[in-house]
Amino acid sequence: MKEVVKCECGHVNPHGTILCESCGRVLDETQKNSKMIDMRYEGSARRSQTYNKSMIDKIWNFFTSVKVGVSLIVILLIASSVGTIFPQEQYIPPTELPEVFYEAEYGFLGKLYYLLGFHNLYSSWWYLICIAMLGTSLLIASIDRVVPLYRSLKKQKIARHEGFLKKQRIFGITNTDKQASDFEEIKRSLESRRYKVKEENGNLLAEKGRFSRWGPYVNHAGLIIFLIGGMLRFLPGMYVDEVLWLREGETKEIPGTEGQYALKNNQFKVEVYDKENEEDQTFNAAIDKVGTIVKNYQADVTLYEKEGNSLPGEDATLKKIKDHAVKVNFPLKHDHYALYQVDYKLDELSEMSFNLMNKSTKETFGTMTISLDDPKTMYELKDGYSVELMSYFPDFEFDENQEPVTKSRIPNNPAFIFNMKTPDKPKGEVSFVAIQQTLEPLGENTYKMAFAGVDTRNVTALTVRKDLTLWIFFVGGGIFMIGVIQGAYWNHRRIWIQRKDGEIWLAGHTNKNWHGLKRDISMILEGTNLNEPEDQLEAKHIGEKEK
Amino acid sequence: MAELSANLLYASFVLYLVGTFFFGGAIKEKKGASEKQQNKWAMIAIYLTVLGFVSQLGYFITRWIASGHAPVSNLFEFTTFFGMMLIAAFILIYFIYKTPALGLFALPIALLIIAYASMFPREIAPLIPALQSDWLHIHVTTAATGQAVLAISFVAAILYLVKSVDQTQKSKKTAWLEVIMFTMVATLGFIIITSTFSAMDYKANFTWMNKYDKEDVFEYHLPALIGPHEGVLMTEGKLEPLVKMPAIIDANKANTVVWSLFSGIILYGLIRLIFRKRVAAIFKPLVKNVNLDLVDEISYRSILIGFPIFTLGALIFAMIWAQIAWTRFWGWDPKEVWALITWLFYAAFLHLRLSKGWHGEKSAWLAVVGFAIIMFNLIVVNLILAGLHSYA
Ligand code: HEM
Repeated sequence: MKEVVKCECGHVNPHGTILCESCGRVLDETQKNSKMIDMRYEGSARRSQTYNKSMIDKIWNFFTSVKVGVSLIVILLIASSVGTIFPQEQYIPPTELPEVFYEAEYGFLGKLYYLLGFHNLYSSWWYLICIAMLGTSLLIASIDRVVPLYRSLKKQKIARHEGFLKKQRIFGITNTDKQASDFEEIKRSLESRRYKVKEENGNLLAEKGRFSRWGPYVNHAGLIIFLIGGMLRFLPGMYVDEVLWLREGETKEIPGTEGQYALKNNQFKVEVYDKENEEDQTFNAAIDKVGTIVKNYQADVTLYEKEGNSLPGEDATLKKIKDHAVKVNFPLKHDHYALYQVDYKLDELSEMSFNLMNKSTKETFGTMTISLDDPKTMYELKDGYSVELMSYFPDFEFDENQEPVTKSRIPNNPAFIFNMKTPDKPKGEVSFVAIQQTLEPLGENTYKMAFAGVDTRNVTALTVRKDLTLWIFFVGGGIFMIGVIQGAYWNHRRIWIQRKDGEIWLAGHTNKNWHGLKRDISMILEGTNLNEPEDQLEAKHIGEKEK
Repeated sequence: MAELSANLLYASFVLYLVGTFFFGGAIKEKKGASEKQQNKWAMIAIYLTVLGFVSQLGYFITRWIASGHAPVSNLFEFTTFFGMMLIAAFILIYFIYKTPALGLFALPIALLIIAYASMFPREIAPLIPALQSDWLHIHVTTAATGQAVLAISFVAAILYLVKSVDQTQKSKKTAWLEVIMFTMVATLGFIIITSTFSAMDYKANFTWMNKYDKEDVFEYHLPALIGPHEGVLMTEGKLEPLVKMPAIIDANKANTVVWSLFSGIILYGLIRLIFRKRVAAIFKPLVKNVNLDLVDEISYRSILIGFPIFTLGALIFAMIWAQIAWTRFWGWDPKEVWALITWLFYAAFLHLRLSKGWHGEKSAWLAVVGFAIIMFNLIVVNLILAGLHSYA
């Protein structure tokens, strides 16, 4: 059976009510003796303040407590600040190992930081649990309060109980013989100050900005939606984060698009501010001080869509969709995908040319150009002269056995083993050629491969992003802003006025900005015989001082 | 144009300075301290402040025209803008509450901030690609405006504490209040020292061994009390360092910190010697007509006004921009994290005030901490915790 509390005014309140929802009479014994009543949540019956028996009650009550909410906020605040002492793992140079980096860079404290897991703080389980608890707390605390608050604000009776008026912070009594005319005057001026005035048996309730009371609940709802957005990100298919390195002239499938799209890099360029340039003259002093300042990173690309279903290995036909200049701050967007300019490499080697040359006579027998991405195995030169490319090391170094190996497939430091076949050496001579280095492992040669030039190209790195959760964050953020503005820029003000044999009683309450309420009241009372009511809180302060 | 701009900034600085004295005059007069009757001094003071603000707005606009982008793109520009918005927020609050005493504290703090800003390089610099976005202007200006309005709560809190803390006996409160005062004096000291040596064009070069055991060069603009790791002075006739730092500490920055503390201590010591009182006690007579409840409300009100602006600028606009420029709206970069910390802190403040009834003095101390976080984000995060946002 549900317990209820029946007030003397006849209104039936839920169990746990402190101030009668209708007339405001003090129902809770503990509040009867205080000089002012606690108006928070209108003295309504909140579940958390009423029940504390079952396990569910206890959990509910834990999360409704503002003390718990604030503690969670403070824990997150302190933890977050610890995470900024040293860089997070994602910001250390990609070539560094974290177990080495933190100690080498920051000494003992760095090592400790790493060992405690602070280098990945924001994705640590305990940080995420704190956020989850904050979300739970937001949800439960809001529900606990908003329902009873809604009931009370909806059901307000115009004629409040005497005790309710007397115990408001703003309260005053005036003896007047012109009751009726003053009353009308006040009513008019309340209305002109955009109060909603309700009258009942010579009692007034003037109210303004009640909707601002919902502000916190609206903003908490926004935050909860925002946090839900964060959870959705972990669903497959909602989020893509890939990197695409693309050389000039190259066309590649865009990773993360399941083969649907391909991209061609037509050109990549870096521009700097130039003192010679008319437009950039204003910046001369800064350029002198710093040296070069970059103006633009830009990849001119063409986006293609693959047509039809191609079998693996078969070349698909590409349909051009659009050209775009991808710059920082100007990503290419298409069909939920966005491509961002994030990194680059200038002047990567693309081709190397050599002349086959007789070492003693310096006579040459033709030029060969090797594509470093796709080298051939045989290069035919002049009649009877040819060069076989026996081995190619795009990123060469010697391993511990002094054997040539390649570190990667990127032509950072190409090296070749050639077999030079000439009419006088039909079996060929073997030569190992790297940049600034030639070895003749099988004995002295007659011929050599003389370096004749390189061709380079630029490479751009683009981040491929799809994020289907963005709109949820946007909605959550928007709702938060609406709620926070609603609660902060408006206040809920109420003024109660009652006529009692030869006296006018006036009481006022606002949820914040008392100065504004007092100013409202003094303007409303201007030109009437009413005394300005007293601010009982200030009176109390002054009283305390004088003691 | 650039020169005009610099002169306008200079003019506004002088106007604020003069305005401060008029606010001082305004509260000396018995009337006028209450909102109903503004006295002549207060009228002139607020008039000067508005004029100064207009002049600074002129600086902002002319510099914008000269550089082709909103001047909020480096530490000098951002910090001056913050100072300007602090004045704007003060003017707004003044017209609501009419409290000249607030001006007596708001203006000097804005002056300190603007002077501090001008210690950074002032050349008009072009925008690097990451900053070439309208969102730069939108995000930075709203964030700074939010912070400036929040900072007014600190100004009001100082006023509150100067009046409410009992100066007749030594206590924890008097000590903490002196820490705040000392910080401001040390900022002043830093400004004096830095501009003195920069006027003398002091430069001392050091070669030193960095933490990778590579030789590196430092240019000092203050005499090196603290030298770098295995530092060798390359400029003749300059001070040899008194101590040397290990390689993992940036000795140049440490040296600046030591100089600021050092000049702060001397300056603070002098003030104490001359007045034979705590600094907060010197100000106390100035605020005797202040209504504490009203000041408390101003402090709370400015947080209420500032919090939504800050959220919009420093979190929401920031996220929108980060999504466009850095491919993700949130990346746990130190500057981002500190914006989040600031936001969480003020959220905690609002909850404590609303639900735990933290009014008056408690609330004032919290407002001080909030401002400390804002300043930390502005200075320490930019200069020391380098990240994507690091301007310097
Ligand atoms: C970071 C997270 C949070 C933010 C930004 C936030 C924001 C706010 C704001 C701006 C207000 C209005 C305050 C005022 O008007 O002075 C508010 C009120 C409130 N918040 Fe939160 N809040 C957060 C988390 C929480 C949590 C975790 C709880 C759980 C206990 C909570 C419970 C409340 C309550 C009970 C109110 C008062 C509602 C009322 O009195 O009508 N908040 N919140």
